[in-house]
Amino acid sequence: MNIQEIQNEIIEEFAMFEDWEERYQYMIDLGKDLPLINAQYKTEDNIIKGCQSKVWVHAELEGDKIAFTADSDAIITKGIIAILIRVFSNQHPKDILEANTDFIDQIGLKEHLSPTRANGLVSMIKQLKLYAIAYQTQLQ
Amino acid sequence: MLDLKKIRADFPILKRQVNGKPLVYFDNAATSQTPQQVIDVIVDYYSNYNANIHRGVHTLSQEATDKYEAARHTIQKHFNAAHAHEIIYTSGTTHSINLVASGFSSLLQKGDEIIVSALEHHSNIVPWQMLCEKTGAILKVIPMNQDGELVMTEYDKLLNENTKLVFVNHISNALGTINPIEEIIEKAHQVGAAVLIDGAQACPHVKPDVQALDVDFYVASAHKMCGPTGVGMLYGKETWLNKLPPYQGGGEMIAEVSFTKTTYAGLPHKFEAGTPNICGGIAFGAAIDYMNAIGFDAIAKYEHELLEYATKALLEIEGLKIYGTAKNKTSVVSFNLEGIHPYDVGTILDKLGIAVRTGHHCAQPIMEYFKIPGTVRASFAFYNTKEEIDTLVSGVKKAKMMLS
Repeated sequence: MNIQEIQNEIIEEFAMFEDWEERYQYMIDLGKDLPLINAQYKTEDNIIKGCQSKVWVHAELEGDKIAFTADSDAIITKGIIAILIRVFSNQHPKDILEANTDFIDQIGLKEHLSPTRANGLVSMIKQLKLYAIAYQTQLQ
Repeated sequence: MLDLKKIRADFPILKRQVNGKPLVYFDNAATSQTPQQVIDVIVDYYSNYNANIHRGVHTLSQEATDKYEAARHTIQKHFNAAHAHEIIYTSGTTHSINLVASGFSSLLQKGDEIIVSALEHHSNIVPWQMLCEKTGAILKVIPMNQDGELVMTEYDKLLNENTKLVFVNHISNALGTINPIEEIIEKAHQVGAAVLIDGAQACPHVKPDVQALDVDFYVASAHKMCGPTGVGMLYGKETWLNKLPPYQGGGEMIAEVSFTKTTYAGLPHKFEAGTPNICGGIAFGAAIDYMNAIGFDAIAKYEHELLEYATKALLEIEGLKIYGTAKNKTSVVSFNLEGIHPYDVGTILDKLGIAVRTGHHCAQPIMEYFKIPGTVRASFAFYNTKEEIDTLVSGVKKAKMMLS
């Protein structure tokens, strides 16, 4: 599936929930299921320090696609990471660079990607894009 | 006894809904809410006599100047300063601290010692570190114990003839500990050191008497005590304020200016360069009047009841730990649920309309001490109720259920 298709799929999933509690419970469960970053990559270099929660991101090139793994010390942040990874991981660098995160508004989680939230997620998205730029250059 | 119904009616924001739920505002230690009486003063200023002060001959300027200076007298009286010119208007506590730190940079020498406490807010750590870097002075720290109380026997050991300054907060923002500032001031004076007390967290709860305390500098912010943001005060003993050089250059702070020499204005104007927050200063006075009309004894008594009620109810939740268990503390409860990140708890509480603060509360050294990333902090004001605490407790239970 391409990025757009995955985003549509997530929007459909969230449309089934009736209230915030169901949405959050789903996100928390996603956070719990997030495949953890390999311990060797949970380093100071890979850490994104939000004021509130910490985020770790690691990227590897597999063929012509980037595989992301990540982690956070807060479970709700981790749930959103799980959604972002599902969208951006195993995609071509060019597609990652062209994609936006507007779907987050549509699933009612906009506030978590606010730059003032200081949970590390905005910086995480920047980091995903920086990896995409780096790997795209490498592929050319 | 406080008339809660009447008091709550004074605060328009308390009628608000957040995320479809009635607002429960428990982030008072970050900023307090504003009563209609203070909002009216702000509206009146901009509607009727907005003008620049101290130099206009016209009526509006005179009216604005009179009200601004009257508010300075209100602040002076409230803190029981000996003179109105010992009250310097600032943009808030952080500005006040930086003003003093900057002034001392010309008075300190290499090897001089500065003492701060382990309970400080970053705003009372960073300016002194910068001062030490600049002057070669050494920063020493009074440690705290597991309850979040300062270890006073260690303070005694830190004091010596090289100690020039001691900076401690009156009440800790992260844990609510009320520090023994009388003892701290007295002992500092015995070795000839000056003392600055950061009263940002104390002023919403107590009425400090700067003369009785014999404190050299006392600083506070209006927005923590029912006033607007962007205005605060520095109290300094006249002798100290005369010793310190001006902080910023500009209009208002001069007596005469030529290109060869400028002479500075006297106190308080020496430290008040530029057009100040005129409306804010006047509203600060109105906020102090409002709180005094309710009465600080009644406020302290009621807030203590809220603290005991909340502490007891929260501790009944299994796996909840409270940080800051000092015998003498104000209405702040800093806590965590075992194995759950404070950010997650705060996010769920927000969805329920409950405003708390999560994170390190600009006091990373304290979090470091307890080896935690932060806490959830609920801080109560005199307009909060026990029913709201019940809402918090059920919210925390819900968060625990969802997050475990």
